[in-house]
Amino acid sequence: MTTIQDDILATGPAASIPSGSTLLRIAVIVAGLAIAFGVVPAIATDYWLSSIIIPTIVMGLAGISLNLLQGYAGLVSLGSAAFMSVGVFSAYNLILRVPGLPLPVVLLLAGLITAAVGIFFGLPALRIKGFYLGASTLGAQFFFQWLFTNYPWFSNESQSLTISAPRLVVFGYDLQSPVGRYLLVATVTALLIGLAFLVVKSRLGREWMAIRDMETAASVLGIRVARRKLQAYAVSSFFLGITGVLWGFAYLGTADAYTYNLDKSFQVLFIVLIGGTATIFGNFLGAAFIVLTPILLDHLVLAANVAYLSDQGAITNLQRVIFGVIIIFILIKEPDGLSAWIRRGVEALQTRFRS
Amino acid sequence: MSILSKSIALAAGAIVAAASLIVPAQAEDGAGQQLYPLFTYRTGPYAPSFIPFGAGNIDYLRYVNEVEGGVNGVKILIQECETAYTIERGIECYERYKDGYNGALTAAIYPHSSGLDVALTDKARIDKVSIVSPGGGQNIATDGRVFPYQYPLIFDYWSEAQIIVDYIAQQAGGYDKLKGVKIATLYHDSGYGRDTIEPLGILAKKYGFEDIQIPVPHPGEQQQAQWQQIRRAGADWVFLRGWGVMTPVAIKTAARVGFPVDHIIGDIWSGSEDDARPAGAAAKGYLAVSVFPPGTDYGILKTLKENVLDKGKSDLKDNSKFGTVYYNYGVIEAITFVEALRTGQKKFGNKPLNAEEGQWALENLNIGQNRIKELGAEGLISPLKTSIDNHKGETIAAKIIQWNGESWDTKTDWIKADSTLFADVIKEKAAAYAAEKGITPREAASN
Repeated sequence: MTTIQDDILATGPAASIPSGSTLLRIAVIVAGLAIAFGVVPAIATDYWLSSIIIPTIVMGLAGISLNLLQGYAGLVSLGSAAFMSVGVFSAYNLILRVPGLPLPVVLLLAGLITAAVGIFFGLPALRIKGFYLGASTLGAQFFFQWLFTNYPWFSNESQSLTISAPRLVVFGYDLQSPVGRYLLVATVTALLIGLAFLVVKSRLGREWMAIRDMETAASVLGIRVARRKLQAYAVSSFFLGITGVLWGFAYLGTADAYTYNLDKSFQVLFIVLIGGTATIFGNFLGAAFIVLTPILLDHLVLAANVAYLSDQGAITNLQRVIFGVIIIFILIKEPDGLSAWIRRGVEALQTRFRS
Repeated sequence: MSILSKSIALAAGAIVAAASLIVPAQAEDGAGQQLYPLFTYRTGPYAPSFIPFGAGNIDYLRYVNEVEGGVNGVKILIQECETAYTIERGIECYERYKDGYNGALTAAIYPHSSGLDVALTDKARIDKVSIVSPGGGQNIATDGRVFPYQYPLIFDYWSEAQIIVDYIAQQAGGYDKLKGVKIATLYHDSGYGRDTIEPLGILAKKYGFEDIQIPVPHPGEQQQAQWQQIRRAGADWVFLRGWGVMTPVAIKTAARVGFPVDHIIGDIWSGSEDDARPAGAAAKGYLAVSVFPPGTDYGILKTLKENVLDKGKSDLKDNSKFGTVYYNYGVIEAITFVEALRTGQKKFGNKPLNAEEGQWALENLNIGQNRIKELGAEGLISPLKTSIDNHKGETIAAKIIQWNGESWDTKTDWIKADSTLFADVIKEKAAAYAAEKGITPREAASN
């Protein structure tokens, strides 16, 4: 896998000595932040913010969460959505039952609660591997759906078992508007991306990759495999918990156990596959693909005005077929995901400039 | 590398082409028209119910546009948006059409999903766009002082519970005969299914019948244990609150344990042809509550057949679905939309309504018996009158229908729900919601 080499190279000498590449990196980060917090809120319409940008970012974050576990530590999970639901129900109950708790603290605590749950469901990883492990995380998926449907306490005895997003207020600022919700999502995501980079580049991240690539060798080297695996579940679940809160509160405005069903878990998995394993930014490409392609296809049909030539239902189904074909095409052409395209593009540009 | 760059170029080309296609489409003028954003779910597990439902909607609006020349001259522009019954896609559709489309104004949005209705509550309040869910909205939103933009029009499950008890009392010979009667509710174990637990508890206390609640986990393909339990408890009546596959399985299992099918009363989502027919002979005699009475004998249905169906302009691919429960539901929903437009136009003039005017119109809707006659919808809809205090409609009612093995027969006239019975509980819940969300309720007499 070329990705591992990239990761190791990046943490090598180049990272400690300020060089052209480091400066470039800083420039890219600053530019990214400027776009995220200056340009986007200024020019994006409500439609773009509420139904395209926010879900793409949050799903990208979900992809990062799973990628930490699957891409870096090599552990499987089919229960991503379940951990997201733990996050959102924790946050809802914290706000409800502990009045006056500020939103950032709520997010942090929801993440920590989910991390604890993640460790619990990660325990089988110490004994079993691969497909079997997938089946055990699937258990989390069904367990939490059952829990949140059968114990109305979690949804404050709401008849419909649905929780409604609380008023989003941070330090007295009302974040209820699309721009407000976007800023909340963007801030949390920026912080979590930073954290993800720190984790991946740290000793923890490198030991994860060592375990992923060859567990026996890793344990011979003195890496405490069991502890590292549980930490992977904890970190990934921490991220997923916070992602779940953002999905429910900042995007949907509501949540119930079925919002975070198996379909959602698969979507997160597809984001990792399409975006590329063991990358951070690739997840946003994957998320953009998953969120935007169906909408783009829909707009295309609308624009081409073919709706009256054929049955609407058939057109909608055709859109799904096209979507599926695109996914298969990408996975065949580029098993390393969309991020590999971008990386090679950048490399090609670099060689051109050097020569 | 060359393949890679080619495919990137191709993708880029496709996106540019898509963008250039979108731009001229935007220029198409919708000014002077009224937008009707039609949220569809032609794909996904619930598509079979949507297809006749959407067709009923579209056929009625096409009739209004083409035969009546629009609503007082204002044409309705139908824009479909596929949600696949998911909240995510639904939110995208809402954002796409909440402010209108190419100059055509949005007066109200019908989300066609209870989940989406809940999800849009906060957004609708901020955007000041009305969300209308005939038969499937949030009961709490009946209180328009707290929910100015939610309309659970026509029906709710609490009234349904009350109508069931009313019908059983009729059969027993009066409310005083209900003492000791055992009514078992077999419900889909979801928010929807649980919604009748509370009102039945209240009614049981009031009339002294025995209230037995039995859940069926989704999707409900196994119900042997539940029906054994119903037999053991010696239930006299079963109120079946199914969804999808659960309903035919319930009817068949009831036959297997020997429970009389004519003492099972289905909920409004257990009362379509597609719920009864799969149960085969076992379903003959099965009862259901209906706010969307099936049949083709209503005046408006005859008009639609003549002007839309027979001219090949119907959205139905399978004409046998004409006059089914879901088709008629679509027609009824479209009627509420068109009548709301007429109501608004009386105040604001014969022009397309914006969201604010649409909100006023929905809150002052009054489809009386005379108007129903003019529409040719006698027996199809019961009078509907909304107010700030009652966003559901003050005189809502339902019929009991019975499956004859081939189709539904109407067994009763409209059974009216007593709107005062649960009013206090709803007000209380709405007030609690207002407190949780920091909303100041409007005064009922503010406009």
